Amino acid sequence: MEYFVQQLINGVTLGSIYGLIAIGYTMVFGIIGMVNFAHGDVFMASAFIALIAFLILTSWLGIGSIALALFIVLIVAMLFTSLINWAIERVAYRPLRGSFRLAPLISAIGMSIFLSNFVQVTQGPRNKSIPPMVQGEFVLSNRHGFPVTLSYKQLIIWGITAVLLLAFWYLVAKTRLGRAQRACEQDQKMAALVGVDVDRTISMTFVIAAALAAVAGTMYLMYYGVVNFADGFVPGVKAFTAAVLGGIGSLPGAVVGGILIGLIETLWSAYFSIDYKDVAAFSVLAITLIFLPQGLFGRPDVEKV
Amino acid sequence: MEAAAKARQIDVAGALRDAGVTGLIAFGLFLPLIGFETVTNIRDELILTTRWPLLLALLVVIAVGRFAYSVAVAPWLARRAERPRPTAATVWQRHVRQWLVPFAIGFVIVYPIGVIAIVGLGGALRWIDNFGIQILIYVMLGWGLNIVVGLAGLLDLGYVAFYAVGAYSYALLAKNFGLSFWILLPLAGILSSFWGILLGFPVLRLRGDYLAIVTLAFGEIIRLILINWVALTNGYAGVIGIPRPSFFGIPFTADHDGFAAVFGLQFSPVYRVIFLYYVILALALLTCFFTVRLRRLPIGRAWEALREDQIACRSLGINTTNTKLTAFAMGAMFAGFAGSFFAARQAFISPESFTFIESATVLSIVVLGGMGSQIGVAIAAVVMIGGTEILRQLNFLKEIFGQTFDPTQYRMLLFGLAMVLIMIWRPRGLISTRDPSVFLKEKKTIGTDLVAEGRG
Repeated sequence: MEYFVQQLINGVTLGSIYGLIAIGYTMVFGIIGMVNFAHGDVFMASAFIALIAFLILTSWLGIGSIALALFIVLIVAMLFTSLINWAIERVAYRPLRGSFRLAPLISAIGMSIFLSNFVQVTQGPRNKSIPPMVQGEFVLSNRHGFPVTLSYKQLIIWGITAVLLLAFWYLVAKTRLGRAQRACEQDQKMAALVGVDVDRTISMTFVIAAALAAVAGTMYLMYYGVVNFADGFVPGVKAFTAAVLGGIGSLPGAVVGGILIGLIETLWSAYFSIDYKDVAAFSVLAITLIFLPQGLFGRPDVEKV
Repeated sequence: MEAAAKARQIDVAGALRDAGVTGLIAFGLFLPLIGFETVTNIRDELILTTRWPLLLALLVVIAVGRFAYSVAVAPWLARRAERPRPTAATVWQRHVRQWLVPFAIGFVIVYPIGVIAIVGLGGALRWIDNFGIQILIYVMLGWGLNIVVGLAGLLDLGYVAFYAVGAYSYALLAKNFGLSFWILLPLAGILSSFWGILLGFPVLRLRGDYLAIVTLAFGEIIRLILINWVALTNGYAGVIGIPRPSFFGIPFTADHDGFAAVFGLQFSPVYRVIFLYYVILALALLTCFFTVRLRRLPIGRAWEALREDQIACRSLGINTTNTKLTAFAMGAMFAGFAGSFFAARQAFISPESFTFIESATVLSIVVLGGMGSQIGVAIAAVVMIGGTEILRQLNFLKEIFGQTFDPTQYRMLLFGLAMVLIMIWRPRGLISTRDPSVFLKEKKTIGTDLVAEGRG
């Protein structure tokens, strides 16, 4: 039982990270109907930016307070990653809008390969590891000699995810930008006719997606303490799985899907086989798409002539 | 008229401003990842070093490039767009079109002989192996995937899985049961196409992008199984000592009953490579021939119809599931052939050879070549694979950028960039015109931009 609770805690933490990335997939898919294949690599790049910002803060500027450092790192990573994703949309996707349907996907695959290799070339192929940023944990229970712990960093991840989701929900549901986004999602031409700047709205969608991916990247770096140029692909596919599982286009679905994928992966490694944990996650993707293509919260997709 | 003339005037101030803005954005983009480098010091700690000169040089290049674009390139492009386009193919183009294919086939047939004549037996090995065989494998994979993506319009991102099935089928059956290459080649193809049907069956209801991601997931699952099922596949370590194919029973060894001795030649490893070259050439041409003929059969017509409009197909009574499955199985079969050839050529395979990057490479070859165009796919394979092989040979760049500069590092970087740029430049691929499969009285070349994309 204790073991199960511990795995549950770990799974939700991992799932929060996936959920933050999944929102990026689901938003972009919702608004322009493309699978942004490079999103996983944007996440990876953000982890590298966070790493560099962290090193500048701690070793050059000598900031002692971890909380302050983490906050600044988060902001810096969000800013630079947003800029990168904005540029990617501008250069690689916008010229292809209205082109045939596979073109943006191919372009995104190219961008994904480019990004991961760009990081490899500029930062080197080796694992980059840093000493743990945050240490310490709460012991929740300690029966039968098996402690159930909730570490501070897990708590930080939960907290930041919850706060950001609230802010994000407010943005989409209550602000002018969110309304424009929902309008573009339904009908771009009609939205343009009533005065919504479609290009700007799409750009902003990419910026928000990247900012959330940057939060996930920073959390990932803080949680694992290590990052590699190839780390974008597998979390990217898993986050996509989360988006599909939750119902692509649905924002709460992305979060729920992310947490479910995190739980499935953690529990699978805990009880069956750690070697096949990625197989489990990928199988969930295939099974969902085959049996429940609209996902948990999505609307069924009707094919029209 | 006046407005057009005014527009043609070059706005230097605006161009300068554009260049400045672009430089600023580039500064933001590259500051973290190029301005700083994370390196591990002697005590195994991660420290930062700066690369300001590199960052500055890059920004200058970008800003100047942007300025040149707005001052020189953009007006030139605008002038070119104003000129009327020739609608009919010129005489020269028609000649090229007519003679390209026979010339290309002739060239690949005499290629090994020509290379030996130029650089001699010893030097030819690298040219035939690295360029000839390597490119032909990708040409064959491209043509195989072209059936699935180009003809049937099903986006498959896990094509490498079938390549892996073919390779492991040959490797394991040849090693454990001692069966020969020529028996296992068709067998590997059959096994792969079974896998194609098996994986295809549940997912073919899905639309384009979803199908792409699920095939990707399947490709990854197969690779993970190859890694983790150590008892069967030996995991990461891979299968070593895979038997090599023989020349109709005569092995390519230095023994007295080896190929060189039987034909009274001096032993050289190059004979095996030449033999393998012709094997893969024959396989690739077979794939091409097969595809071209299939396109004229009802099944090929059904594939293309399916790519254009699935609903129309269904209403005409075409069984879409069966049609898609045959496309999947055919594509997988050729990947299986190529895979078993790959295993026989390398004599060593490991899951590392079957990563997602391989699938993406083959897919990009098909898309960049112009989906559905056989010659386009071949040209794209030569450009992409040959280009990356040439990068390996560019040692003179070390003289310019210093000894630590390794051009092969930039292989995949340029590859990804090329994919994006070609998509922007020609979303329909390099060869974007195609002869119609069915025509009324006279055969006219149509642009693929007139053709709707697949909704498969």
